[in-house]
Amino acid sequence: MSLQVIMFSVFAIGAVASAVFTITRKNPVASAMSLVAHFFMLTGLYLTMQAQFVAAVQVLVYAGAIMVLVVFVIMLLNVGKEPPHPDRSGLRTTLGSLMALVLAVMIGIAVIARPTGRMDLSPKAIEIGTTEAIGQSLFTTYLFPFEAVSLLLLAALIGSVILAKRHVKEG
Amino acid sequence: MLPTTIPLDYYLILSAVLFVIGVAGVVTRRNAIIIFMSLELMLNAVNLSMVAFSAFSGDISGQMFVFFIMAVAAAEAAVGLAIVLALFRNKQTVYVDEINIMKW
Repeated sequence: MSLQVIMFSVFAIGAVASAVFTITRKNPVASAMSLVAHFFMLTGLYLTMQAQFVAAVQVLVYAGAIMVLVVFVIMLLNVGKEPPHPDRSGLRTTLGSLMALVLAVMIGIAVIARPTGRMDLSPKAIEIGTTEAIGQSLFTTYLFPFEAVSLLLLAALIGSVILAKRHVKEG
Repeated sequence: MLPTTIPLDYYLILSAVLFVIGVAGVVTRRNAIIIFMSLELMLNAVNLSMVAFSAFSGDISGQMFVFFIMAVAAAEAAVGLAIVLALFRNKQTVYVDEINIMKW
């Protein structure tokens, strides 16, 4: 058994377990902490594929920025444990899980029925995962999307300030 | 018998499993913040398959897409949580089944 197989197994099991924890915990803070663990497991999976830049950005953006925002909102709203639904509480979970299971079977069939043969990690993977390669591509081929994203972030910034602002009556 | 290297299919199946867990979270939970976190699970599942395709085919495009998806996810997180805040201020609840003013 090679190191890649061991790392993949550990991180894959960890990722699935923390994802299940995220959607089953009644306490939102416990969910958020499981999600942070999930993001770190994904970082490990990216590293098994030599995608160093994506792994670093995953920790910075998801585990850092986005989860701080989520935990901040949970604390601000003082959301406690979810109370059980007054009526038909079992129906939602049963039907929802059933639909998810059907979707899982459909995606599974699509993945397994793929007609191409076995694919292994490309020898070029170690070159394209570096910050240098991503930066080269970002400022040449993908320059326009890069600028568009900066505009999107500005719009999101202004939009969230306006949405979350307390509306004070004038006069 | 275990393989010595991980083929692409393993990453795709893992990604599909994570995506389905995210879908299950969105349709079964009532707390808007946890629904939001399940959306992040789904986005990350797609990112995983994109990085897998990129690394296994030796093409950088997949990882560029992941970079842009992360930027959009960050924008979505800021706006989504601002909406949850505004909603809580108006209705004093984060449970989506109690927010039914648009229900006919």
